[in-house]
Amino acid sequence: MKRYLLPLIVFAVMLGFLAVGLKLNPREVPSPLIDKPAPAFKLARLDTPEQNLSLQDLQGKVWLLNVWASWCVACRVEHPLLVELAGSGAVPIYGLNYKDKRDDALAWLAKHGNPYVASLSDTEGLVGIDYGVYGVPETFVIDKAGTIRLKHIGPVTPEVLRDTILPLVKKLNA
Amino acid sequence: MLLLAWLGLAAAQEARPLAEDPVLEAQVMRIADELRCLVCQNETIAASHADLAVDLRKQIRQQLQQGRSEQQILDFMVQRYGDFVLYRPPVKSSTWLLWGGPFVLLGVALLGLGLNIRRRRSLASAPLQGADAERVRRLLGEEKS
Repeated sequence: MKRYLLPLIVFAVMLGFLAVGLKLNPREVPSPLIDKPAPAFKLARLDTPEQNLSLQDLQGKVWLLNVWASWCVACRVEHPLLVELAGSGAVPIYGLNYKDKRDDALAWLAKHGNPYVASLSDTEGLVGIDYGVYGVPETFVIDKAGTIRLKHIGPVTPEVLRDTILPLVKKLNA
Repeated sequence: MLLLAWLGLAAAQEARPLAEDPVLEAQVMRIADELRCLVCQNETIAASHADLAVDLRKQIRQQLQQGRSEQQILDFMVQRYGDFVLYRPPVKSSTWLLWGGPFVLLGVALLGLGLNIRRRRSLASAPLQGADAERVRRLLGEEKS
């Protein structure tokens, strides 16, 4: 009986590791930017390209940076939720229009609704690189001091919003 | 069809700088070969056709032209995407299991092997006693006849 015990334990441990491995999402790479100052940017606004918006302009408030594009299919999934969130006034959402064409982006917003206080045109994707963006949509929570507190990769789901993002915003605003 | 045409176009655009400065391009590719593409995780930035990989190759090329070193460029990438972009992760407290794990397993296996061999040897060298010896003799004798 005893000779079977050791293989059984080894097997159980392996099973445990594999079970945990199944639940992990390999697409979610932990961002090294968490708790670091948000990278500076100065970009033209999507709606009024003659006006620039920079990181300094947003200091002093808790805000969401949502990376989106009109060519991004998954963005359409989260979009109604963002529109609803913007309507509730819980937190201002700024958009980073990532590697998009201005006309396409404006048409997309007109069609699906515009939850953004302002969107920034990152036509070349350079600010996207600074923020380590690799899969649109991505959402950052940035605090009053301009520190990145959370990065969510992929569409924001109602659960993530309710259980993670909104409590964090509330805590940061307190 | 449209996609194919587009891919062809993208490849053509990528190929242009190659002719301009082969030395620089070789350097770009060597650095890109060390970096994992985050969009298609089992490809290097050098091999991937993903949009982001093309952008990052461009980024490497520009930074080399600005005279930045290979290490500075790798640091630039790690700052943004984490150690995950490196195909050869650095040895530090959070990765010692990754680097040391195989050697620990090897050690455990060798220890087990050694113990097992010693046990067998001591079994083999112990002389048979009384009834056991008698039984062996009988069995061997039977076989001969």
